[in-house]
Amino acid sequence: MELKDKLVSSFLAFENTVDVDAPVHDIRSQAIKTFEEKGFPSKKEEAWKYTSLKTVLKHDYSVFPKEENALEFRDVKKYFLHDLDTYKIVFIDGKYSSHLSETTHDKIDVCLMSAALTRDKYRVVIDNYFNKIAPKDGLSSLNTAFSKEGAYIYIPKNKLADKPIQIIHLSTGKESAQLLQPRNLIVVEENSHVQIIERHQSLTDNAVLTNSVTEIFADKRAVVDYYKIQNDNQEASLIDNTYIEQQTQSLVSVHTFAFGGNITRNNLNFYQKGEGINSVLNGITIIEGKQHVDHNTLVHHTEPNCESHQDYKGIFDERATGVFNGKIIVNKEAQKTNAFQSNNNILLSDKATINSKPQLEIFADDVKCSHGCTIGQLDDNVLFYMRSRGIGEKEARALLMYAFANNVLESVKIPQLKSRINKLIANKLNVNIGFDL
Amino acid sequence: MLEIKDIHASVEGKEILKGLSLDVKAGEIHVIMGPNGSGKSTLANIVAGKEEYEVTEGSIFLEGEDIEELAAEERAHKGVFLSFQYPVEIPGLTVTNFMKTAINETRKAQGLEEMPAKDMLKKIREKSELLEIDRKFLSRSLNKGFSGGEKKRNEIFQMAMMEPKLAILDETDSGLDIDALRIVANGVNKLKNQDNAIVVITHYQRLLEYIVPDFVHVLYDGKIVKSGTKELAFELEEKGYDWIKEDIKV
Repeated sequence: MELKDKLVSSFLAFENTVDVDAPVHDIRSQAIKTFEEKGFPSKKEEAWKYTSLKTVLKHDYSVFPKEENALEFRDVKKYFLHDLDTYKIVFIDGKYSSHLSETTHDKIDVCLMSAALTRDKYRVVIDNYFNKIAPKDGLSSLNTAFSKEGAYIYIPKNKLADKPIQIIHLSTGKESAQLLQPRNLIVVEENSHVQIIERHQSLTDNAVLTNSVTEIFADKRAVVDYYKIQNDNQEASLIDNTYIEQQTQSLVSVHTFAFGGNITRNNLNFYQKGEGINSVLNGITIIEGKQHVDHNTLVHHTEPNCESHQDYKGIFDERATGVFNGKIIVNKEAQKTNAFQSNNNILLSDKATINSKPQLEIFADDVKCSHGCTIGQLDDNVLFYMRSRGIGEKEARALLMYAFANNVLESVKIPQLKSRINKLIANKLNVNIGFDL
Repeated sequence: MLEIKDIHASVEGKEILKGLSLDVKAGEIHVIMGPNGSGKSTLANIVAGKEEYEVTEGSIFLEGEDIEELAAEERAHKGVFLSFQYPVEIPGLTVTNFMKTAINETRKAQGLEEMPAKDMLKKIREKSELLEIDRKFLSRSLNKGFSGGEKKRNEIFQMAMMEPKLAILDETDSGLDIDALRIVANGVNKLKNQDNAIVVITHYQRLLEYIVPDFVHVLYDGKIVKSGTKELAFELEEKGYDWIKEDIKV
């Protein structure tokens, strides 16, 4: 049976596991209909021209988490940012692991979507925010239909989350192929701040497909820093759908570190709904082998005096393929918009490719919008210069790649995270530079 | 220190050096002058080990060891330094981090421990003062947005940091105003001692008002056609290279 049919027919079984009288269930049943109509995207769609899900969809995925699998912290410690005090929401094969987690209800809520979707005390927030900005495309609808578990973060007004929050998804590979569909909701009210780090990690070579949806709401003057670490196994694919709505003078930044996996697709959409908003989209992609990373971004400016800054760097070796598709829409009312986009790439091999496509739709006349895209190789003259100073060829190449990605790394605000990303890059490039840039 | 024997070298199949020999002893400063296209930069690059330059005949010895087969970084580890005519820019890599890496990679290759951070900072401070380099330059991306003069000063700063046995200064004086020239020359003079050697490649004799060479050589059409002392440089300045061409014909 095709995965689509399997999923549609599984919905009945899924309904036995949730409260079908809850208001959110109407949203789910509507969503499964939408998915049934639209299905998975194909390469015929412009937005999926360079990313094919065909090979990923052919696995016979187990579509619900079957049992609770336990893991010892010491065995998975390396996937945590463990030298930093954080809240943790940890899932093993899609099921919440209370053993590995550290949640809170003290002034702020850092807890589970399953609780938020079922308990009365969260009812107002769910009514106001759940599924309000996720678009009605096939993949988001699929996630919505099966939405049950994920991270729920609610920061009421004038609160500073006292420590960063890690959301970690671990896959044990007990099933030969596992589909995971986490659903996250993050609501940050006026003047509040939060920092979130998200990671998906498969522990074996069995196939994993994650179709994740995250909705983030940043109210007036809220500050949200979101970091995504995508450094997964060769058999793990990720479709990350992140939708962000920002109100007046809020600042939201999303950093995406795409260092591996089979197929990684990031749909990252920012919807600005007020004035004086700043949206920051930064990314570093370093991949090799046959890995594929696709960044599909949208920033929609609707009101005057807002900014957006996009800076994506990519390094592609062997047969790796990259896609950058960055769309900026500036409405007629959004005068004095400053929208910047840059996508710079280095191809280390003749077989590596990058497809980079900016799309600017500007309807206002008094705006500053720029986009730039470069594709290059490491310059032999620069390498010779470095080697003539005693730096070996391998180290010189790595140092150049570090330098290339440095300004994105610089903007990481959590020092321990920055240092971790530094180490991940050093591991990927197989060098020990001896200092953090 | 450096012994070049009858070297022939080509780039992309075109022969540039046609049997050049040069003998530089420790404690000496040699100046190499010559018209454009005579092979001056090729000479600098083959000693530093640039791979695009193919040595077809002859050999290069550093302290008696044939270095012709060595990679550029291995030559650097043995004490060869090239001050580039056109220093490259590396956005995202600070001067300090570049030097730290260069020095520690060299020390690693020499079987030494990494230099302690405190010593490194002290050395950076001393050498930047010697070259009158503002400290804020050291935290900026290497050569990015530097003026021509700042780039050249930065080259000599790197030389001071690396403490090479053999330094080749490839047109380090071109593009310098008189103050920068004085600073660079002063730096070079301070770095000079009885155990190292310097080869200065230049177009002009004005540098020689500050740096006193032991020998001056004229490079023409891939060969050294005339060698002498400082006076040769002044004679060249006065008579121009046509005089050399005439001289060769005779």
